[in-house]
Amino acid sequence: MANESALPETDPMLVFEGVTKEFPATHKGENGFKALNGVDYTVPRGTITGIIGRSGAGKSTLVRLVNGLEKPTNGRVLVDGTDVTKLSGGSLRTLRRSVGMIFQHFNLLSSRTVFDNVAMPLEIAGMPAKAIKAKIEPLIDMVGLSDKLDRYPAELSGGQKQRVGIARALATDPKLLLSDEATSALDPETTQHILDLLKTINRELGLTVLLITHEMEVVKTATSRVAVMDGGKIVESGRTFDVFLRPQHATTQTLLASMPGTGLPDWIKRKVKDSPAPGDDALVRLTFFGDTADQPLVARLTKELGLDVRIMSGTVDEIAGDPFGNLVIAYSAEPGVMEQARAFFAKTGLVAEEVGYVD
Amino acid sequence: MSIDMLVNLLAKGLWQTVYMVFVSGLIGTAIGLPIGVFLATSGKGELFAAPGWNRVIGLIVNATRSTPFIILVVAIIPFTRIIAGTSIGTRAAIVPLTIATIPFVARLIEGAIREVDKGLVEAARAMGATPLQIVTKVLLAEAMPSIALGITLTIVSLIGYSAMVGAVGGGGLGDLGIRYGYQRFMPEVMLAVVVVLIVLVQAVQSAGDALARRFDKRNRKS
Repeated sequence: MANESALPETDPMLVFEGVTKEFPATHKGENGFKALNGVDYTVPRGTITGIIGRSGAGKSTLVRLVNGLEKPTNGRVLVDGTDVTKLSGGSLRTLRRSVGMIFQHFNLLSSRTVFDNVAMPLEIAGMPAKAIKAKIEPLIDMVGLSDKLDRYPAELSGGQKQRVGIARALATDPKLLLSDEATSALDPETTQHILDLLKTINRELGLTVLLITHEMEVVKTATSRVAVMDGGKIVESGRTFDVFLRPQHATTQTLLASMPGTGLPDWIKRKVKDSPAPGDDALVRLTFFGDTADQPLVARLTKELGLDVRIMSGTVDEIAGDPFGNLVIAYSAEPGVMEQARAFFAKTGLVAEEVGYVD
Repeated sequence: MSIDMLVNLLAKGLWQTVYMVFVSGLIGTAIGLPIGVFLATSGKGELFAAPGWNRVIGLIVNATRSTPFIILVVAIIPFTRIIAGTSIGTRAAIVPLTIATIPFVARLIEGAIREVDKGLVEAARAMGATPLQIVTKVLLAEAMPSIALGITLTIVSLIGYSAMVGAVGGGGLGDLGIRYGYQRFMPEVMLAVVVVLIVLVQAVQSAGDALARRFDKRNRKS
């Protein structure tokens, strides 16, 4: 697990302890379906934590355990110290009021206006109408919809609907916000706006956010920590930056490869050879971040080693707010030269990966 | 027959029909609605899961619905006598009409509720709603347009059924048409009855459609 041990001791908001979930067989003679296969994970207070995985990895089941929409077969789920699996009836409903949730398809009531949708959790909690009004108007203002109070969901765009969903989820002053693929039905631009809103809420209200997604892009922009799920298990977790930079598990690598700016471009992939022919160049991928991000690296390679460096592809990007770059270069594959280059990279603290050879 | 007499007969028949349909529709809906809600929410793994009861109630509903109405009218005469104190007349006719309305409404409400997006129920549960709050604030509220159309359909069907309660002296427009128009060979009465029924059904349907449109906020354009 990437650098998990290097993290400072954190105050947990949410803890999964040995959680398994088996759904009974739908037809006689079939085996039940094991959606969760022993999950241990802690979400620190005040963070935006992502859980990423392909569909069927178990991430939606996992998030539904947090507010007791599903019960685990084994294990404990602690929300701010309370074991949710032990709650039922009234005590479970009270807990649910302290955990907000937003959904992929928004799940707004079509028969209610924006105002009445946001008011619903408070109405359910039995708050008087006057207090509700005072409570939710600032919320609707915060998500930027104060001119749409009396509109119905059908009159709103997808992004606006999710804003209503967010305002509704915040109405009961939750300490934890669950986001179940909340941006998956939105276009990239709207997704960015919604993620920005979630980041603002996280920062200003100090709300812990657990964000379920299948999109690496979402994890990259919004989260500071991430857990990768596959086959009902968490296969890798840590700081988002570390996981992106040094993905350990095959699932993480596959998920990352689908993202633009990581991995090799297709046209290079087609040309890469495993062994050099005479006159071929070595293909090297450099990853730089933090202090190494702003070095005149190609110039130094040329000047200090006298290398003819070809730049094959490159990106400079941001992960969880930190800059990181990715540069694919090629230079002479002569063993002496490659040895020199390795020494140079080691000296400068650059992460260099020899990917293969090109002509 | 003079115009005056005809108008008198039609007015009386119309009143009896409206009275029977209104009262049986009202009582039938009042009883059918909770049964419909129960049918829609008591399946395996649902809000008020009681699969056994669901099957039993479903069976009774089906049995009532598959009994031809005219047979139901005669078959329950002893029961009618207990409830209405008599087995003939408009008041007595309300009993079989109500009995026929209950399962009809129940199935329509069940259908309307099952159309409500499951995601809304999940959202309400996540908010900490009680099962009863989910029924009133989510299921019934969201199903209102379909329920309005369903009740309109019920009333139109009841107007049709009410023609048959002439068999127990229920009166009404249908009975008028059969006794005067058919048995006494007075085609003008038959024609007048049919015209009044067409107008009545049209009016009910238009009112129902308008109500459903008012409830329906799903296709609003900004």
